Amino acid sequence: MTMIEVPLHAVAHGRAGDKGNRCNISVIAYNPDLYPLLLAQATAARVLKIFSFRGASDVRRYALPHLGALNFVIDDVLEGGVNGSLNLDGHGKALSFLLLAELTVRVPRAELPEGSPYLL
Amino acid sequence: MGKVYIGCGAGFSGDRFDAAVPVVETLATCEGDRFLIFEVLAERTLAIAQRLRLNDPDAGYSPYLDHYIAPILQAAKQHKIRIVSNLGAANPVGAAKRIHAIAEELGVEDLKIAVVLGDDLLQVYSADAIRELPTMEGISLGDQEIIAANVYLGARAIADALALDVDIVLVGRTTDAALTLGPLIHVHNWAADDWDRLAQGTIAGHLLECGGQVTGAYFADPGFKDVPNLAEVGFPIAEIDADGGLVIGKAAQTGGLVSRATVTEQILYEMHDPANYLTPDVTLDVTGVRLQDIGPDRVRLTGARGKPPPATLKVTVSVDGGWLGEGEITYAGPNALARAELAASVIRRRSQILGIQEPLRVDIIGAGAVHDNDMSAKRRHKVLAGDGEYRVRAALRSMDQKTAQQISDEVQSLYCSGPAAGAGVRQYVSRQIRTASVLIDPENVLPHVRVERVMP
Repeated sequence: MTMIEVPLHAVAHGRAGDKGNRCNISVIAYNPDLYPLLLAQATAARVLKIFSFRGASDVRRYALPHLGALNFVIDDVLEGGVNGSLNLDGHGKALSFLLLAELTVRVPRAELPEGSPYLL
Repeated sequence: MGKVYIGCGAGFSGDRFDAAVPVVETLATCEGDRFLIFEVLAERTLAIAQRLRLNDPDAGYSPYLDHYIAPILQAAKQHKIRIVSNLGAANPVGAAKRIHAIAEELGVEDLKIAVVLGDDLLQVYSADAIRELPTMEGISLGDQEIIAANVYLGARAIADALALDVDIVLVGRTTDAALTLGPLIHVHNWAADDWDRLAQGTIAGHLLECGGQVTGAYFADPGFKDVPNLAEVGFPIAEIDADGGLVIGKAAQTGGLVSRATVTEQILYEMHDPANYLTPDVTLDVTGVRLQDIGPDRVRLTGARGKPPPATLKVTVSVDGGWLGEGEITYAGPNALARAELAASVIRRRSQILGIQEPLRVDIIGAGAVHDNDMSAKRRHKVLAGDGEYRVRAALRSMDQKTAQQISDEVQSLYCSGPAAGAGVRQYVSRQIRTASVLIDPENVLPHVRVERVMP
């Protein structure tokens, strides 16, 4: 099987939500069969590394196998949150797409749909 | 016992004003108890409403009340679709009176409205007592004026209000999910320890409370997650039977999409530990939830489990957050990035010259602003196109309105005193509210909660 390294965005989707200075980001495999692969590769430690430049102090990962989803809870990543952040996006709503862009995974090439920009 | 149909007409204060119209049209065709909820009360919205009420005792309910209620009141009353909403904000009685006035203008007769009162902690605790409570965020409330302190009430009070045989129930602060769970408890008569059914009702509420976020809005990603006719996205309608059986659908003949993917994203929205989502009615566990596509735009949800709720109630406390000053200006065409960088450094230098002490953030929009940190760490490591369109944005917070205005004015001055061809300045100076959460003993609050009819 030919494997290919792609950003999560190629094979998964997600959504970010805020509570104070804490952000949660869900990561959901388009194909539920890919869930074990995400579970193995999308670790809390890798997510913490991606967000450490914004002051993230801890990441907890919750697994939801029936939904083919992971939920990451990232502490102190919102630079104060809506209470104090100077970021245009104080809620961190756009952070789901930062994770989908920067966390890469190795997946079977055949998992990417025909015409996916990530095949180029 | 039949099914209960609950539609959502708004998922936040400022949501699309006409979204409820197709929801009501669809609910009118459903057999069973029908409800329409509007969730329009964010943490800060209530504090703003409280301030409005201080200036005018008749004000303090949602400023958008007319926008949401007027288009659907007649049809809702005619088809016996009951309305449950937190449009009451800081003044549910005022909201009820305003709806009676709208009813009179529209010729809607015999409208019965009840309110839930008692979420305002300032009626029970002194401001000093509230300031002494430890905050969940670990921050101090200092000696600042407390603008608002409201307890998140649960669904029981809403069920009690519906028992007064009314068309509309207006609340201030309850959990968002209670707007849905209250009607379910009222119709299905679920016991206070019927944990799994309460859990199914709570997840129904969690899915409905953000309106279009479960029906394809806040979801579309062209080429990856395509959503038909987003401009007319249909808002959600949940069907819940007496056993807690739950199907999520949406208003007929609308755009949008209900699929396992849209529902999964919304299940996990603003959820931390999925085995312990805390509400005053039940601790929800979604780890066993399964979804099944059962038809076009219809998803069945099973397997939410419930446990007893926490022993405390959550309170949001709002204090003055000073002022946010912002200014933006665009540079376009050849060498735009260098001109934007120059503008950013001019703003930083000007802030020093003016002796401004507050932390200043300067972004270049187009170069990764919202994904970056306060120091633009990512931008400095990126190779960016020198030509293009870049928008410089400066922002700072100050307790002093003048300082916030000053930084915004510095951006404006770049029109004539900055790099070449600065364009499209916009300035924003806005009052801010800071919030914190505290936990209290329900025994100190629940005896003060009451429901009552409000007459025209």
